[in-house]
Amino acid sequence: MSRLRSILAPWILAALLLAIWEASCRIFAVPSYLLPAPSAVAVAVAQNLPLLASSAWNTLAVAIIAWVCASLTASSIALAVSVNQLAEDAVRPLAVVLQVTPVVAIAPLVNIWVGLEHPERGVILLAVVVAFFPIFSGALTGLKAADPDLERLFDLYGANRLQRLLRLRLPSAVPQILEGHKVAAGLAIVGTVVAEFVAGSGGAQGLGWRITEASHRLQTARMLAALFVLAAMALTLYALLQRAEQIILRRWRGR
Amino acid sequence: MSPIAELSAVEVDYPRGRALGPFDLTLSPGEIVALVGPSGCGKSTALRLLAGLEQPTRGTVRRASGRGETSVVFQAPTLMPWASAIDNVALPLELAGEAKAAARHKAAAALARVKLDGALAAKPAQLSGGMAMRVSLARALVTNPRLLLLDEPFAALDEITRRALAEDVHALWSQSRPAIVFVTHNVEEAVFMASRVVVMTRGPGRLAGETAVDAPLPRPPGFRTTAVFRNAAEATSRTLDAAMAAA
Repeated sequence: MSRLRSILAPWILAALLLAIWEASCRIFAVPSYLLPAPSAVAVAVAQNLPLLASSAWNTLAVAIIAWVCASLTASSIALAVSVNQLAEDAVRPLAVVLQVTPVVAIAPLVNIWVGLEHPERGVILLAVVVAFFPIFSGALTGLKAADPDLERLFDLYGANRLQRLLRLRLPSAVPQILEGHKVAAGLAIVGTVVAEFVAGSGGAQGLGWRITEASHRLQTARMLAALFVLAAMALTLYALLQRAEQIILRRWRGR
Repeated sequence: MSPIAELSAVEVDYPRGRALGPFDLTLSPGEIVALVGPSGCGKSTALRLLAGLEQPTRGTVRRASGRGETSVVFQAPTLMPWASAIDNVALPLELAGEAKAAARHKAAAALARVKLDGALAAKPAQLSGGMAMRVSLARALVTNPRLLLLDEPFAALDEITRRALAEDVHALWSQSRPAIVFVTHNVEEAVFMASRVVVMTRGPGRLAGETAVDAPLPRPPGFRTTAVFRNAAEATSRTLDAAMAAA
C-alpha cells in the first residue's frame, strides 16, 4: 500500500501542478507566446510528432555515439593512468579543466576546428567532452579503491601487475564504472543539445535545433513540446541504464 | 628444532612515533602463539612483519619466504565480493600459476575442510559472517602454509560463532600443523587457542610477559572449565593488568 502511494505521489503532484498551470493560463488569459497552457503544448506535441520524433532520434543517435566514444577514451585513459601515479598527477588536473570549462564557451571554437562544413562532427565532439569526465573519474576512482587488505593479500601471494589489474582492480571498479557511465549518458544528451544550439541548422537537426527554431519564431508551445520530448527521452534513457546497472550489480555481488 | 620465523630486536617507527619494539619473538614449527595486548600496542604490526608485508625500521626478521608458505587472515574476511567462495579460495593458487582446474579442485577440498562444501558457488554477500570467515580460513590454508597469521579474525563475530571457529581452527591445525600466530584482545580466547600467550605492553609494544598453557592441542570445548585454563587465564590477566598499569 505504502509502495503504491510512493509510486503515485509524484504523478499526483505533477497532475496538480499541470492543473494549476492550465487553470491560471485560462483564468488570467496569459498570451500563448508567453506561456501556452499544457493543453496547447499537448496539441503541439501531437501536431509535430513525426518531426519531433525524427529530431529526437537525431539527438539520441549523436548522444549515443558520443557516449560510446567518451566511454572508450575515458576508460582507456583511466586504465593507463591508474598504473602510474605520475601520469595520474599529470592528467587529472587537465581532466578537471575539461570538466569545468562550459561547453557553450568552447562550442564555437570546436566548430571552427572541425570545419564549418562539418557541424555534426563538432556536435559529437562537444558531447564527448561533456560525457568524458564522469566516466574517467568513476573508472579511475574505482580502479584505485580496491580493498587495501585485498591489495596486501595480492602482495603476499606475489601477484604481478597484470594479475592485480585484471583480478583485483578492474572487478573492484565495476560499480563506479557503471555509475560513471550512467551519469555520462545524461550529460551526453545535454552536451548534444547545447552543441546543436551553437551549430545551428547546418548539422543533423536534433531537438536542440527544434527549440532554437521555435524560439526564433516565438512558437512557445512548440518549444515546450520539444522540451517535453527531450525530457521524456532523457528520462527513459536514464531509467534503462539504471535498470541495467541494477541487473549487472546484482550479478556482480550475487544478490 | 630450528625456528620457523623469528623477530629479533625489531623496532618499527611511524611518522607519529614508535609503534613497536624493541620486540623479540621466536616461533617453533607447529606451535600456536597468541599475541595479547591493549589497542595500539603493535600486535598487528608484529604480524605484518612476520608476513613480510612491512619492514622493520631496525632489527631483523627471519621467515620462510616461499610463495604460499605464509598465509594471513585479517579481521574482516577480505573476500572478493564479485567472486564465488571457490574462486576466492582458488585465488592464491591461480596467482601462483596453477592451472584453473587443479586450483579449483584444491579449493573445493579446502572448503570441505571448513565444512562449506555446500557453498562453493555462493558469493560473499550470500554468506553469514562466520561462513565468510571460514572461506577466508580456507583460502589461507589452501596453499598448505607453514606459518598461519591470524589478525583478530573473530573480533567482529558473536561469542557462539567465535567459540565454534576457535575449535575449527584447532581441528584444521591438527591436520597439517602449521605454526599459528593469533592476535586477539580476548584473554580467554588466547588461552583456549594457544600453547603460549605473549602479552605486550601499551605502544610502543614490548614483551610484558608470557604464559605457557600446559595442555595438549587441539582442546575440547570442556577445556574452558578446567583448572589449567583458569590458572593460565588468571596469570595472563595479571600480566596484562601490570602492563596497562606500567604504561
